Amino acid sequence: MSVLRPLDKLPGLNTATILLVGTDDVLLQQLAGSMLKEDCASELKVHLAKSLPLPSNVNRPRIDLIVFVVNLHSQHSLRNVEESLHHVDASFFLGKESHCSVHRNTVVKLAHTYRSPLLFCDLEVEGFRTTMAQRLVRMLQICAGHVPGVSALNLLSLLRSTENPSLEDL
Amino acid sequence: MDETVAEFFRRTILKIPITEMMTVLKAWDFLSENHLQTVNFRQRKESLVQDLVLLCEEKRASLNDAALLDIIYTQFHRHQKVWDVFQMSRRPGEDIDLFDMEQFKSSFKKILQRALKNVTVSFRDTEENAVWIRIAWGTQYRKPNQYKPVYVVYYSQTPYAFVASSLLKSNLPLLGQALTVASKHHQIVKMDLRSRYLDSLKAIVFKQYNQNFETHNSTTPLQERSLGLDINIVDSRIIHENRVEKERIQRVTQEIFGDYPQPRLEFAQYKLETKFKSDLNRGILAEREEPLRCLVKFSSPHLLEALKSLAPAGIADAPLSPLLTCIPNKGMNYFKIRDK
Repeated sequence: MSVLRPLDKLPGLNTATILLVGTDDVLLQQLAGSMLKEDCASELKVHLAKSLPLPSNVNRPRIDLIVFVVNLHSQHSLRNVEESLHHVDASFFLGKESHCSVHRNTVVKLAHTYRSPLLFCDLEVEGFRTTMAQRLVRMLQICAGHVPGVSALNLLSLLRSTENPSLEDL
Repeated sequence: MDETVAEFFRRTILKIPITEMMTVLKAWDFLSENHLQTVNFRQRKESLVQDLVLLCEEKRASLNDAALLDIIYTQFHRHQKVWDVFQMSRRPGEDIDLFDMEQFKSSFKKILQRALKNVTVSFRDTEENAVWIRIAWGTQYRKPNQYKPVYVVYYSQTPYAFVASSLLKSNLPLLGQALTVASKHHQIVKMDLRSRYLDSLKAIVFKQYNQNFETHNSTTPLQERSLGLDINIVDSRIIHENRVEKERIQRVTQEIFGDYPQPRLEFAQYKLETKFKSDLNRGILAEREEPLRCLVKFSSPHLLEALKSLAPAGIADAPLSPLLTCIPNKGMNYFKIRDK
């Protein structure tokens, strides 16, 4: 149970669960609060974790989306995420994982390596945080399969940033 | 009244913010209620100050009265100065007579006046057996400079004195000597502790900071008393995966820092004189005999509260380094670290 797998559990009825991983507890909690304020047809559940692996003796629902939150003011935060990434099964990366970062560059490389969508946001500002929360809620609904016609893998190709081509040239 | 004294009055009164003017003047108690009523406090500050200076001249206020007003202003604005802490000691086995405040003051003044003809010394008693001393220094040939005074707060029942100096460091040895002899001590030593917040320095040095001022309901579980994260109000749809770890961090933090508000310091400074240690075998700094000299300084509006919130905020691991957590216990915020 030390590696997170995307499809090893049955989904809950109309439930979508997101896992936010990051060292900055207060910010994660605020982001979770903003997400839960959003109007959403599905029942949302937010799990907050400092790092992976998750404690194994807990009964938890299937996780539909993992978001790693990196604070670029802190080397500790980045290293924590790098280590946690080892504990995520490869199939999660097909659309069910993304990075949300509080500032820039090493993270761009990291996200590119894992082919993960990278979102930037200043989570301390209320307005930006609400916008990010809205985006995450939409992404979560798609990953949980609650939006007909769009799958997580579709979303992944749609989220490819246009900056990526320059990195692929390296 | 002497021109210089009048100017000194004017500048001292001008420093006082209008909102505090009444309070300070009442504490000074030189101008009575009746006198104060003759002044219009609603005019422009410059005119108000002029009126007050004229009133002082009428009442034949002296330099000492002005110095007293300066002390009171500083007592209201003590955080504008940076305070050092000095500790005095007696010879082992020395007999301690009962402390006589008046004798201390006259002895202190005499010592300074004998050494430097031109010096202004003023005293103001406060509660807790403490005295505020203001010293304006001159030289053999120059009158005292009233605008760069040194303040000393001495708690007579303790061996501690707090000193706020302006930049004239040359007179500190004389000051130390006067304090030591007048208070019947043998030696004085400067502690490695400095801050703007006199009350916090007091709390640290007199070990009064670990008292709970609020009544804590100790039956509330640890999480609900946690720092800033109000888990009670939190949605039940938010689940903390690392609850066990969070509780451990809260517990460790509480063991180290306690439940009480921390005394206020603005910085901690660590002077390293240790040899450079490196994993890489080759490096410019690696194979030197002399220690690497390096200074690390932590600054914050409230350093100890910031350190206390580091682990719960996820920025550092708990427990924190003892170099950081020993600050109030050891009563130091300047450290010199050498190789053992």
